[in-house]
Amino acid sequence: MSAPDMPTRGPARVAPYLIAGVCVAIAIVMPLLVPLYAKAEPALWGIPFFYWYQLLWVFIASGLLAIAFVLVRKEDRRRRAAVKPQKGGAR
Amino acid sequence: MTAHALALAGALAVTGPDATGHRPVNWVALIVVVVLFVLVAVIGFLASRWRTDPAQRGLHSLDEWGLGGRGFGTWVTWFLLGGDLYTAYTFVAVPAAMWAAGAVSGFFAVPYTIVLYPIVFLLMSRLWSVSHRHGYVTPADFVGGRYASRWLSLAVAVTGIVATMPYIALQLVGIRAVLTVLGLGSGSNPLMADIPLIIAFVVLAAYTYTGGLRAPALIAIVKDVLIYIAIIVAIAYLPAHFGGWAGIFKAADTKLSAVNPATNAPFGAVIPGVTGFNAYWTLALGSAMALFMYPHSITGVLATKSRDTIRRNAMVLPLYSLMLGLLALLGYVAIKAGTHPIDTNGAINAQLVVPQLFLDSFPSWFSGVALAAIAIGALVPAAIMSIAASNLFTRNVYRDFFKKDASPKHEANVSKLVSLIVKVGALAFVLGLDQSSAINFQLLGGIWILQTFPAIVAGLYTRWFNKWALLVGWAAGILYGTITAYDVVNPTTHAHFGGSIAAFPGTNTTVYIGITAFLLNAVIATLGTLILRAFKVKDTGDATTEADFGADETDPKVVQEGAQAPLFEA
Repeated sequence: MSAPDMPTRGPARVAPYLIAGVCVAIAIVMPLLVPLYAKAEPALWGIPFFYWYQLLWVFIASGLLAIAFVLVRKEDRRRRAAVKPQKGGAR
Repeated sequence: MTAHALALAGALAVTGPDATGHRPVNWVALIVVVVLFVLVAVIGFLASRWRTDPAQRGLHSLDEWGLGGRGFGTWVTWFLLGGDLYTAYTFVAVPAAMWAAGAVSGFFAVPYTIVLYPIVFLLMSRLWSVSHRHGYVTPADFVGGRYASRWLSLAVAVTGIVATMPYIALQLVGIRAVLTVLGLGSGSNPLMADIPLIIAFVVLAAYTYTGGLRAPALIAIVKDVLIYIAIIVAIAYLPAHFGGWAGIFKAADTKLSAVNPATNAPFGAVIPGVTGFNAYWTLALGSAMALFMYPHSITGVLATKSRDTIRRNAMVLPLYSLMLGLLALLGYVAIKAGTHPIDTNGAINAQLVVPQLFLDSFPSWFSGVALAAIAIGALVPAAIMSIAASNLFTRNVYRDFFKKDASPKHEANVSKLVSLIVKVGALAFVLGLDQSSAINFQLLGGIWILQTFPAIVAGLYTRWFNKWALLVGWAAGILYGTITAYDVVNPTTHAHFGGSIAAFPGTNTTVYIGITAFLLNAVIATLGTLILRAFKVKDTGDATTEADFGADETDPKVVQEGAQAPLFEA
């Protein structure tokens, strides 16, 4: 068994985590800005804006997390590959 | 439309309760509920054989019994967490709150369960990695290892157990709402409704004992299919049947803006006014931060197969939030429909609004399906919660304080036994105390569990905080939260613990008490750490390394199966 303190991942690049972080932050902040959506108009099929706006964010948040997921998974795999012991001493 | 309303009023006279709350038993719906319940019980008992190595039958470790073998993939996890987080009580209480008091009390559950998943995305894969590597079964295991402190671990464990108990009791309240509208139980004979409740819980306790986490995981699939069918049909049919959304919102506005004689203020609002803004978003954010500190949520996370599983789920679980939002709107539909939720004692009980709406509006057999979905929806979280609470007891109280050399098999046996005790406790809670004290304790439980957030979440990223500072912050948060919640008086009944919002200290702005208590907790933990560091108090014990937080399922474990975790080296 390898030593427990052997790194499981190589160093991180900033960009993927930054973009993923922004996606996550938007998905947290936007549904909480109540003054932005606490109004009746424009209504959709008779449903006040207040209600359909929040239900709409179910889909937007889901999409933002999908973007974050793809970015983070790609970077995670790259970092993991960077520390895999490679035969032939390429690293 | 008028003809429909009249026809409905006629139907009400047949299926609805009379003025004293006495209902005839709805046999067709009752038989559907019983058949589905038996089906689910059979699945529950077969669960112990699902994905188990025949040589390992009997589930002789907490990894097997309490975490389902730590092998659930994306699909199973989606059903399991959906069944775990969106409980029967949620399905009953959220529309009830909408019906009685409008958006601030009820609809905040939607932004709450949207904001929840970005938070899960951020935190939970780190918790999964470190727990996988060290064999942690509970959040308190992680805190104990990270801070090398069994006292901080005990604080997290006790908070988890105490907060979970009333939550299990509330699942019984959900089942009871279903039994009441089915016509079981009356003012003169309340025992009629208690006996089916006791039978349901005994069966639940038995298959949780034998099947562990596998039982609720399988049952959750049935429950979710039923609940999706019920909600989709209800949302497709009811609004059009009652004249469209515009009329429904108008009726809700008329009912909610009427003045409550007890407070001289409106009962509620369809769209919150400026004074409700801060209550709305702090309730949503605080509840979202609290939910994945609950032991039953973390149990669902740790039972997954790989580091990515929980993140992939964070992306698809919001579908349940959409369902919850539509279900919440059924509270308004019930206003328009004139649903009359009368309890067995003749008083109005808002909790009955959705079950009664289904019974009034649909053929009995379909109402039976919807009511069964609610009742089964209570069994899934009740099972997971009792498993999570007994794991906490076994690992962080029994093993850490009484029997340090407990073998995995011994741990599993203790946990199975404790899961029975936990359920009996919850049952006694509901039968012995009144329903409103279960609700009060659950409300307090949310405030309490949020106080474990600093220790758990900060620990996922940094070992900067001092363990004693975190413990003092935790205690201060719990004390402040409890006292403040006690001081909230219900304007109608004049009872204490009348709600979960109070003025932020020094202002008139009302916010969720849990958030204020959390801020107090975090400030004390930070200042305490700075002071202890200034006095050079040593606090460096830590069983984890940075590498643990990024580990995935292919990385070697620090603790191998069957070995004892070296929790407290310092």
